[in-house]
Amino acid sequence: MPAPSPLYELTVTRVKEFIRQGEAVFWVFVFPILLALALGFAFRDKTPDRIPIGVANGARSAAVAKALETSPALRVRLYDPVAGREALRVGKISLLVEVDGATLFRFDPTRPDSRMARMEAVDALQRAAGRVDPVTIGEERVTERGSRYIDFLIPGLLGLNLMSTGMWGVGFSIVTARSQKLLKRLVATPMRKRDYLLAQMASRIAFLAAEVAVLLGFAWLVFDVGVRGSLLLLAVICFVGAMAFAGLGVLVASRAETIEAVSGLMNFVMLPMWLLSGVFFSADRFPDSVQPFLRALPLTALNDALREVMIEGASVVAVLPELVNLTVWMLLSFAVALRVFKWK
Amino acid sequence: MLPAPAPAILCRGLRKRYPDVVAVDGLDLEVRRGECFGLLGPNGAGKTTTIEILEGLTNADEGDVAILGERWSGNTQALKERIGISLQETRFNDKLTVAETIRLFRSFYRTGRDHDDVLRRLSLDEKANARVGKLSGGQRQRLAVACALVGDPEILFLDEPTTGLDPQSRLQLWEVVTKFRKEGGTVLLTTHYMDEAERLCDRVAVIDRGRVIRLGTPAELIGALEASTVVELAADPMPEAARLLALPGVQGCHARGPNLALHVESLPRTVPALLAELEGSGATLLHLSTHHATLEDVFVSLTGRELRDT
Repeated sequence: MPAPSPLYELTVTRVKEFIRQGEAVFWVFVFPILLALALGFAFRDKTPDRIPIGVANGARSAAVAKALETSPALRVRLYDPVAGREALRVGKISLLVEVDGATLFRFDPTRPDSRMARMEAVDALQRAAGRVDPVTIGEERVTERGSRYIDFLIPGLLGLNLMSTGMWGVGFSIVTARSQKLLKRLVATPMRKRDYLLAQMASRIAFLAAEVAVLLGFAWLVFDVGVRGSLLLLAVICFVGAMAFAGLGVLVASRAETIEAVSGLMNFVMLPMWLLSGVFFSADRFPDSVQPFLRALPLTALNDALREVMIEGASVVAVLPELVNLTVWMLLSFAVALRVFKWK
Repeated sequence: MLPAPAPAILCRGLRKRYPDVVAVDGLDLEVRRGECFGLLGPNGAGKTTTIEILEGLTNADEGDVAILGERWSGNTQALKERIGISLQETRFNDKLTVAETIRLFRSFYRTGRDHDDVLRRLSLDEKANARVGKLSGGQRQRLAVACALVGDPEILFLDEPTTGLDPQSRLQLWEVVTKFRKEGGTVLLTTHYMDEAERLCDRVAVIDRGRVIRLGTPAELIGALEASTVVELAADPMPEAARLLALPGVQGCHARGPNLALHVESLPRTVPALLAELEGSGATLLHLSTHHATLEDVFVSLTGRELRDT
């Protein structure tokens, strides 16, 4: 039997170790979907709400209400006059129409919804009374795929997931092995140290395709989020990003002796990126003075590259700076980790 | 004529200080090829530090080490190919199976044994597909030895291989060691079990406070005791050691747990005198037993302490 390659065996056993941990599978595959689902629904694009208005009971109230209902922007209810004023006062309705004698609008002009309701009500009543508009204005609706919040969010969640799974997966596995003296046992064999660390990174490739496909497939099926650019380029970006974070994970875990210690370090490294790297909102919102710092963070680079390809359909040239950034992070952290890594 | 092969393990003047303790304090050892050599001593005597220096895992502050005639520096990879190690407390990955773990370790060596063969040899073939996390203590320890053997080593280093194991698991491991030796392998083991050292080891070094305080075959060490029989007794009130030492044929007297242990030359000479002494002082005898001296007695007589003192 020919001796199998140590790098191959280390990678395969690492993959098996991961798959056999139910909770790890949850965090990699299920958690990001739940997050996307929750945020996707919370910020989904709806047809604009109708504005609630009231008509006070009176001689012509039925006819007036009928005229107002022709407006698609208004929801009309009939009120007893006293109850109608009360509903306006507490904000249940934005406008009260009184029809005892002359038509009277009762509303608070400091409320934008009230001003809107007034304009819509005037239009509806004047048209019902026979007004003919001298100018015809056409309309075109522009709620497009790609400009919704969910289109912005999904690439951010994908980047976030690549960071979290890369760093936690690698970090926990290494620190567990160190605290159980398994690393010490491994360096007592002729195993090359480089192979062990490379296997940690290589094993990420095995889950990467599944991880990305599950999240993107879900986003496509449920929210109709598409990829405008090249799928191949997207795959390359995911790969380089995953390797950068696996390298960072190896570095963060290179000296920690306990799970508690490595958890603290992981949070120290990752939490700022959760907030600063444009996962949930654009990093452009931060002041110009900190932009160079934000752009240097690996998660900012990854998110930017993912958005450029998924939303704008960018070419490889456009995302080259981000790819270079991620590659530098990967090489640098791996090289430093190999030097400072504590085996015993 | 060919020059004699270098000893399996040779070290001279080994010293290792930690901030709070001198773990190894000028230690010399020579382990011949094909020999089973035991490092015997209580916890904290420096056994583990010594074996880890010899394994190339810890650097000594001073002293020379040669494994199979080679120094560690410059030969690290080559030497690692030729030795097998079981550390005192390695926990293998719970999520992998026994066979996967052995196959992984096999992959690190250029040449080695077939992993099925190693499984059979350690009686782990029935557990081949069991997760490491489900193994008993004895099975885990056998797995550790399997990982040490899979690279087909010339020297096997075992650090307390049977500590905490049930008698049957100990016997199984002893058989594995015996078989490895029959095939020409060299073994260096640490233990604080006397019976293990007496059963397995050709020679033993008794270690205390980082030094070798006695070296020889188990029989030589026991024979070197001036008195080869031990009387253990307890009485109320406990007699004074000075008075017991004055009895005929008593060579030594040590506390041993709740009892006193007397090293005597001959039971017929000493026991009647001992009983008379106790009766004369009005003490009630609570316990009396005798046995032939063991390595445990050697250790106690050398250090005045018990092996399992911690």
